[in-house]
Amino acid sequence: MGLEVSSGNFKNLIMKQIQILGVILFGLSSLNAQEVAKDSIVHTLSEVIVVGNAANKHHNENKSLATIEDYLSASPSIDFIKRGAYAWEPLVQGMATERSVVTIDGMRIYGACTDKMDPITSYVEISNLSKATISNGQQGAENGATIAGGIDLERRKSGFRNTGWKGSVQTGLESVNEQKIVGAALQYSSNTFFSDVDVMYRNAENYSAGGGEEVMYSQFTKYNVSAITGYKWNDRQWLEASVIYDEARDVGYPALPMDVSLARAFIGSVEYITLPESEKLTEWKTKVYYNTIKHIMDDTQRPDVPIRMDMPGWSKTVGMYSKLKGTHNKHLWNFSVNAHYNNSLAEMTMFPENPEENDMFMLTWPDVGTLYAGVFGEDNYVITERLTANFSIGFGIHHNSINDIFGLQSLQIFYTEMEESKTRFLINSGSKLTYQKDFWTHSLGLGYGERAPSVSEGYGFYLFNSFDAFDYIGNPEMVNEKSMEINASSGIKNKNFSARFNTAFYHIADYIIGKPHPDLSPMNIGINGVKVYEQLPYAQLWSNDLSVSYQFLNGFNAKAKAIYRLGRDHNNENLPLIQPLTVETGLRYRKNLFYAEALVETATKQYDFSPEFGENQTPAYTIFNLALSQTFYINKQKMVLKVGAENLFNENYSTYADWNNIARPGRNVYASVVYAF
Amino acid sequence: MKLFKFFSLLAIALLFSCSSDDDNIDNSINETEDLTLVKNIENNQHTLSVFTENGLFQLGYNKIYFQIKDGENFVDNAQVSWKPIMHMTDMSHSCPYSIISRKPNTETLYEGYIVFQMPGNDLEHWELTFNYTINGEDFTVSENISVPPSDKKRVNVFMGSDDVRYIVALIEPTDPQVAVNDMTAGVFKMENMMNFPVVDNYTLKIDPRMPSMGNHSSPNNVNLMQEAQDLYHGKLSLTMTGYWKINLQLLNAQNEVLKGEEITDTNEASSIFFEIEF
Repeated sequence: MGLEVSSGNFKNLIMKQIQILGVILFGLSSLNAQEVAKDSIVHTLSEVIVVGNAANKHHNENKSLATIEDYLSASPSIDFIKRGAYAWEPLVQGMATERSVVTIDGMRIYGACTDKMDPITSYVEISNLSKATISNGQQGAENGATIAGGIDLERRKSGFRNTGWKGSVQTGLESVNEQKIVGAALQYSSNTFFSDVDVMYRNAENYSAGGGEEVMYSQFTKYNVSAITGYKWNDRQWLEASVIYDEARDVGYPALPMDVSLARAFIGSVEYITLPESEKLTEWKTKVYYNTIKHIMDDTQRPDVPIRMDMPGWSKTVGMYSKLKGTHNKHLWNFSVNAHYNNSLAEMTMFPENPEENDMFMLTWPDVGTLYAGVFGEDNYVITERLTANFSIGFGIHHNSINDIFGLQSLQIFYTEMEESKTRFLINSGSKLTYQKDFWTHSLGLGYGERAPSVSEGYGFYLFNSFDAFDYIGNPEMVNEKSMEINASSGIKNKNFSARFNTAFYHIADYIIGKPHPDLSPMNIGINGVKVYEQLPYAQLWSNDLSVSYQFLNGFNAKAKAIYRLGRDHNNENLPLIQPLTVETGLRYRKNLFYAEALVETATKQYDFSPEFGENQTPAYTIFNLALSQTFYINKQKMVLKVGAENLFNENYSTYADWNNIARPGRNVYASVVYAF
Repeated sequence: MKLFKFFSLLAIALLFSCSSDDDNIDNSINETEDLTLVKNIENNQHTLSVFTENGLFQLGYNKIYFQIKDGENFVDNAQVSWKPIMHMTDMSHSCPYSIISRKPNTETLYEGYIVFQMPGNDLEHWELTFNYTINGEDFTVSENISVPPSDKKRVNVFMGSDDVRYIVALIEPTDPQVAVNDMTAGVFKMENMMNFPVVDNYTLKIDPRMPSMGNHSSPNNVNLMQEAQDLYHGKLSLTMTGYWKINLQLLNAQNEVLKGEEITDTNEASSIFFEIEF
């Protein structure tokens, strides 16, 4: 069961972990050591976060039974917009989900909520996953056109390791919101067959902010069931099938005027994997997948609203990919084709106070079809022992169509000449040079990427944004957003000390953002106005992070992480939701099966904020966390006991990414037990 | 099965070719399929079958169709005029109405419109009289008709700032959509108790609002202007279903406001308006 996050910031550590993962955990023992090493070269371009499982030796560095968001937060590239206690929206390099590609095992999934209350990460559980690969900028374009990068969440599976039956049960409690967590997993693995099944249940009441005030509508309940199974008929060919069923009910969003009574996802796939006999080809995998999401947003729990409304949404995606990996002399390459079709539909029904009156109905996502088909190729070229080059290029065709005449006519109110469909071509390309010498690793990268507007940006109809209190109207006439990026990193690593600095600069032309139109009348009651998505000539983002780690006195590890980002538009005005200087420092102690960690997280006052977007200055804060864990072995069975406290001094605070400044949880004492057999 | 279809088509083709060969109007043709009979009005000689789309006379604008039947045969060559009269307790008056013409591309139908600006009640009622001439012979027929009050406002009667009494009636959309709808209205003035001609070169400003939803408006509406010296046409944007109040302002040819107020933060509605609910 998921217990660990890698410290994640250090390339060599990551490489080592990939080897551990590859060889020990994921049964890829059929790959020889050389392949693993080559694989690690590829992955130095990305960051891998180990979500781990009960069998993982390095389990105890993270809060047990944490959410997927907690794990991903370990990456300096990732942060989350929080609208409550549940379903945080990932930011990659300071950019929200329109500009990134989040996939589960390469599968594209589109959220069904017009208010971004259901990012893809909300439809999985840590028990479903083994690791997350985070790739910044154009290094993350393999699974689709992106600006900010990609997060690929990899499914956990036993593989063909002949370990027989294994299982685990786990339970946890958290004080701040009376969260109860129960989970169980069962695995069977032989040389030709494996199957993993797991279930997870979480139930939380409202949490208390620092100081003790209850944050209303922050409760949630979530069930997740998943299964993955594989059958291998010879050493070189096997088939895997995977399903995830995730259902959240009664989810409160304290930062929003509405809650979610149901968010349900079914995610299924079948994959065929073959290890070609040709020496030059190392792996070929082909997958078909389907997922369907139903998301019911309503305000039935809220006592006082200007008008009652229901906002259900549906999203269905069918897709495929085929990925081929190979080597040639000093080249390590991969090539893939992928295609998917998504249908997004969302409605809004408002119920007038006068029951005699007809309901007010509109399509907020007018039955939008998105067809994407692309090819992607990447090559890693070991020029010399010290110098490695990476080059990638992808092309895609992106086709939007409105399948509902009601929806088309609605948008034609704003865009009289609008056609029902639009086709775009998208190009993504990246390159990186990496130089390694002695303790040092340096890299320099360039990238160019394009993306199409999201469903909301292109076709949204009166979508209320509670942050700036504007109704947003999509704009189907926008051109592609284009990003030019340059990134560099430097790292040093010796026996006891490591440090790494990453910087990336994005110049984004035709930057898509909502701009107020005072001539338009807002639909929602008592709000500031209407914004229509437009394109700025350009905007610029600068993302920086520094990580340091020092080991001393045999068992102690001091680490620190600092993140700073800056985002400006063409008038040098601040972009919204940009992270101020945030520093995390920690001290860890490990001895045998005992582990302790103390962590301090601090952020400066937010100097760069965007009043136009409804932001105000977020004050500085500092919080303290403490975690202890002890592992017991009883014969071959293992028990991990963890206790800890977050926000130890019960600070009342919110971060720059807390929607409408909703207060973060106060002191949270947690305990969990994992029992594995 | 295919053979059957073929013969069916053949049969239909034969049927149609027969009817078009016939010079007399075949009383089996049905040109009122999409219409509903309001009532049959009879005199000694003829029956006038009066139709509207929904089978009712409504307060406000009514598109009216009728057929004249002599026994079993339709009469297609009558010269018809009509006169709607409101019999009030103390006086009588008419209302805006069109001339009558034969409906194009039909064999049997006559058409015209009437704008009833007030409903009937127990003491006051509308009477509709048709005067027509067939082959030089004059006929008349008249009948009291029922015009009930309506729950949605489709007609406004008011005194303009120029001391002229106006009648403004909603004609289209009859089937409103969440879309940019074509909007049509009739703007008439009361010349005297019996004459209500269309006024020329005025402007009817519209501002659609949803009072139940913060009184918000919609974009890209086009004020109504007169076309071809007759009715007024514009564009009406409705961004969602539900109850819409179409606030109006009537401007004369010199762009002076004769009636109606602009909607502002302090003024939620105009004194003249239409109501649409769908």
